[in-house]
Amino acid sequence: MALVSVKDLHKSFGELEVLKGIDLEIEAGEVVSIIGRSGSGKSTLLRCLNQLEQHDWGTIHLADQRLDGTAMSPGELSQNVGMVFQSFNLFPHKTVIENVMLAPLVVKQTPREEARRIAEAVLAKVGMSEKVDAYPAQLSGGQQQRVAIARALAMNPKVLLCDEVTSALDPELVGEVLRVLEDLAREGMTLILVTHEMKFARDVSDRVVFMHQGRIHESGDPQTLFTRPRTPELNQFIASVL
Amino acid sequence: MTDFTLWDIVRNLLLAGRWTVVLSLIAFTGGAVVGLVLTLARMGGLWPVRWLIRLYVDLFQGTPLLMQLFLAYFGAAVLGFDVSAWTAASVALTLFTSAFLCDIWRGCVEAVPSGQWQAARVLGLNYLQSMRHVILPQALRLAVPPTVGFSVQVIKGTALASVIGFVELTKAGTMLNNAAFAPFTIFALVALGYFILCYPLSRYARHLEKKLYGAGIR
Amino acid sequence: MTLDFSTLLPYTDAILEGLVTTVWLTVVTTVAGIALAIVVAYARDGSREGPSGIVSRLLGAYVEVIRNTPFIVQLFFLFFGLPALGVSISATVAALLAMILNLGAYTAEILRAGIDSTLKGQHEAARALGLSRLQSFRHVVLMPAFSRVYPSLISQCIIVMLGSAVVSQISVFDLTYAANFIQSRNFRGFEVYLVVTLIYLLLAVGLRLAFEFVGRRLFAFRQGGSS
Repeated sequence: MALVSVKDLHKSFGELEVLKGIDLEIEAGEVVSIIGRSGSGKSTLLRCLNQLEQHDWGTIHLADQRLDGTAMSPGELSQNVGMVFQSFNLFPHKTVIENVMLAPLVVKQTPREEARRIAEAVLAKVGMSEKVDAYPAQLSGGQQQRVAIARALAMNPKVLLCDEVTSALDPELVGEVLRVLEDLAREGMTLILVTHEMKFARDVSDRVVFMHQGRIHESGDPQTLFTRPRTPELNQFIASVL
Repeated sequence: MTDFTLWDIVRNLLLAGRWTVVLSLIAFTGGAVVGLVLTLARMGGLWPVRWLIRLYVDLFQGTPLLMQLFLAYFGAAVLGFDVSAWTAASVALTLFTSAFLCDIWRGCVEAVPSGQWQAARVLGLNYLQSMRHVILPQALRLAVPPTVGFSVQVIKGTALASVIGFVELTKAGTMLNNAAFAPFTIFALVALGYFILCYPLSRYARHLEKKLYGAGIR
Repeated sequence: MTLDFSTLLPYTDAILEGLVTTVWLTVVTTVAGIALAIVVAYARDGSREGPSGIVSRLLGAYVEVIRNTPFIVQLFFLFFGLPALGVSISATVAALLAMILNLGAYTAEILRAGIDSTLKGQHEAARALGLSRLQSFRHVVLMPAFSRVYPSLISQCIIVMLGSAVVSQISVFDLTYAANFIQSRNFRGFEVYLVVTLIYLLLAVGLRLAFEFVGRRLFAFRQGGSS
């Protein structure tokens, strides 16, 4: 069975139905980019995958375990699904390494020594070893986002969700974050990204999913999808962003 | 032990409560007048004036109200006046209130963006004109919620006048207690009296604040 | 109308004793009152329904009652009222209790403003990392909330210190009690109160400086720039 398996997922906010039946299977090691206009439901889908939003209908299975509000505790969930946000959301009162060590320490009850070792390893992976004792306010946006990636990785998740992780960055800082994600992809990390970086989606992902009005409108391998879109909606979307 | 009915207690507290209300009104009105003068002087005056007013505010905010009452009471005697508890309490609470209101209002005037001053100045308005037509109307909206909120502090402050012998709600409570010895009931009723006076003002202040910031004015 | 401060000299000990009492009452109250406020703020932050809703509502009532009644009445209620219910407490304990309950209520409300302004993203990041509500409150929400409301917190602690002058009214030997005591001996009321008032002023300044010193260390994270 696939690592992530979503069946007939529905989600409404009040009267507004944002997800109108999503089916999606993602294998371990796959890199999937979700693209689409704002309001198409792509961020909501991502947020349902780690239960920041509770879905109304349908099922999500993660590594053969069903995700349904109470089926998995937040602690267990965070060891399966990591998330990186558009606005970094680093904890301002904690240094870089404290940000990364927090969840292993208090959620996983990892001994301090080991938590530190883990934190140093993931920070090295994102190229932030030099700044372990800095506070978030002392870092650039790109550096903060790399720390946020390290913070998610420290829980050793099976899947990493990335919600427009470069949208809040100055253009010159986008590259350093994308390079980290590329490295992760190459190492076999399962990545699900909501992104506006079309070049990245095309070059790095194994599969691109185009969402339109709460549904998966088209999906496939990036080359085919970008060069020969089958639907006018995708065609239009590609034309508008390229 | 007690010949006092609950109604006797309540009646006496209500009678004394009038003086709490009157003293609060005097302190608040007097304090607002003095406070306004101080605020205007502080915003526009020369540095020695500003410095003196700042000292005045810091002194009242940095010392106990109880001490201010004692000083008003005993200070007048040193100056040769034989003042009543009434006068001492009114003067001390008025000055206390003026210092806090001056501080609150200065904050509100300063919260008006400096561009407004500059715009008024380039139009040729002088200090008082800018203040009257441009700054104060804007500062006033900001000032209402914290001013209403501070009125609660004034009412609670009047309770300390009991210590220099002014018979208001709290003093009446202690006197009744000495006679009737029902401290639990009496002080609960005294507290209730203050609560009835203060809580609506607190609620109103919060409501005003929500309205102000809810409307996105800042 | 001549002032004569020399008549105060024989009473230096009394003033010192009062000063020590005022200081330790303030220190204990600050620590315990802030601790109480943290518990109250956490409990009130919870769900508004079910059993925790009732707790939250009761704590809300506690905060409102304290904020809308004078400290002196709270003090009298505890000192004179509790023994009438069979709970007898000493004047010092009553004073301490009243001060802690008072600071706790105000600080809980101040802290709540800081907690309410915590960005949604911080909560979500904590949840995505698997932190429980309590863990998130303790590790993620609390410190930044404190740092945001710290100036109000300092002012409140100073207000409570100055307000503690009232405990003299139930015969706790604090600074004000010392002043009253001396005044009753030498009949130099104005001089005594002037000196003691100045001591309070110095205490207020000292307390503010101490808080600012601690704050600079506690909230070093707020300073940006390169490391």
